[in-house]
Amino acid sequence: MKVERSVRVEDKLFCNRYLVDAGRPHIKVRAHTKPSPQLLALLKACPARCYDLNDKGQVEVTVDGCMECGTCRVIGEPTGDIEWGYPRGGYGVLFKFG
Amino acid sequence: MIEERFDAIVVGAGMAGNAAALTMAKKGMKVLQLERGEYAGSKNVQGAILYADMLEKLIPEFREDAPLERHLVEQRFWIMDDRSHVGLHYRSEDFNEERANRYTIIRAQFDRWFSSKVREAGATVLCETTVTDLAQDAYGRAIGVRTDRQDGEIHADVVVLAEGVNGLLGTRARLRERPKPNKVALAVKEMHFLPRETIEARFNLSGDEGVVIEAAGTISGGMTGMGFIYANKECISLGIGCLVADFQRTGKTPYELLDRFKRHPSVAPLIEGTEVKEYSAHLIPEGGYKAIPQLYGDGWVVVGDAAQLNNAIHREGSNLAMTSGRIAAEAIFQVKSRRLAMTAENLALYKRMLDRSFVLKDMKKYKDMPRLMHTNSQNFFLTYPQLISKAMQTYLRVDGTPKSEKQKSTLKSFVNARSWIGLFGDAFRFARAWR
Repeated sequence: MKVERSVRVEDKLFCNRYLVDAGRPHIKVRAHTKPSPQLLALLKACPARCYDLNDKGQVEVTVDGCMECGTCRVIGEPTGDIEWGYPRGGYGVLFKFG
Repeated sequence: MIEERFDAIVVGAGMAGNAAALTMAKKGMKVLQLERGEYAGSKNVQGAILYADMLEKLIPEFREDAPLERHLVEQRFWIMDDRSHVGLHYRSEDFNEERANRYTIIRAQFDRWFSSKVREAGATVLCETTVTDLAQDAYGRAIGVRTDRQDGEIHADVVVLAEGVNGLLGTRARLRERPKPNKVALAVKEMHFLPRETIEARFNLSGDEGVVIEAAGTISGGMTGMGFIYANKECISLGIGCLVADFQRTGKTPYELLDRFKRHPSVAPLIEGTEVKEYSAHLIPEGGYKAIPQLYGDGWVVVGDAAQLNNAIHREGSNLAMTSGRIAAEAIFQVKSRRLAMTAENLALYKRMLDRSFVLKDMKKYKDMPRLMHTNSQNFFLTYPQLISKAMQTYLRVDGTPKSEKQKSTLKSFVNARSWIGLFGDAFRFARAWR
């Protein structure tokens, strides 16, 4: 599964403001050996590209750039692949314009 | 733990939550509003267009100090293929009126202002507080909420769930289902900054006049989706949204889609040389009337996006949110005034009032539209835009071909692509869903 690299999402996220709640990610991926189709879909569907594959071919999430849209919740929560919550009050993305 | 007891707790400070909190506070009710953002608006994303009529019902003199961008004098609808667009534009001097009907706004700024009005009306607004659960008694009646800030529960007679499209409380408490991938769209948006004179020159505007461009076609790559470009004072909101189920199915990425839209020859000159200052993403309810969940129960009501109240055909959401918030608040006040309990039976008044308003009448009118658009996305978003573009080009290009031959070839291209049965079927289905 090749993830689209021609657009640098990092550059887009760079202009956003965040207050990262270090060590308390608000999204968790359930431990797995082989990712489900839903989990693989998140590699591309997440608009902040928070999901990536590790060396073992498992899906990992890094929530630092998350815009809290809920796309992964809609796709990945029904199958139990991810656990989704909102960040603690005041943390997460801080939209200047919205 | 907050020992105080409130008449109502409002979860969320978006359009629906602010409308509800303001309405109840103005009527003298003791209201607590909880918002997880650092301030009201810091988690909220919209295009955004403000519909004055619905706000006037809440704050008649809002034009005096609300942070408005531009009043809209022009609407452009574009049907796009990869290299062209066919447009339907409407511009009228009538829209240059003292009490304009529609404005572009920037949500983070607008919501902050809206929230200041809620505070002035006497509500207690607590930001940076994420509500984690609905507190229910042994009979399942809502009695308050739990937050990540205090231990224990905060109690109220009624909880107004204005928690947005992705509201967790309602699903955690099993009041409604989590939205399905084919019932919500993911929209991504960028804020492009330019000097105001440049925006006015590029969009043919003067003063505070504004324009909206809404675009559909091959820009969504066969998915059910839409692009938009809104002129603000010193920036342009530009974005595109498609059904989550379509993203899941096609493996297209939202940011690649956005950048393709930006590179389109009809769009690129409008945003040339801009400085992008924000990238945002948000879900939009697209399920229509049939996706509306149970709207009230013992001790609770749900309003706005959390209740899937969005008219996707007219791209109206914030006004439905504001109106449902206001109506819910008025219903709650009536129940309270009659000294009745906040039971499902009594709160059913909210649904009855909403049924009589434009909110549910409009939603009902287009009840079959989502299914039509979602199941025929290839035809409506790829095939037809390509055919229409080709027909326009054939019509306009002067090359010595007799007009009758041109007409024949255009007709043939439509029939070849969709067949007679397909064409009539599409027209019939569209008309039936629209009426």
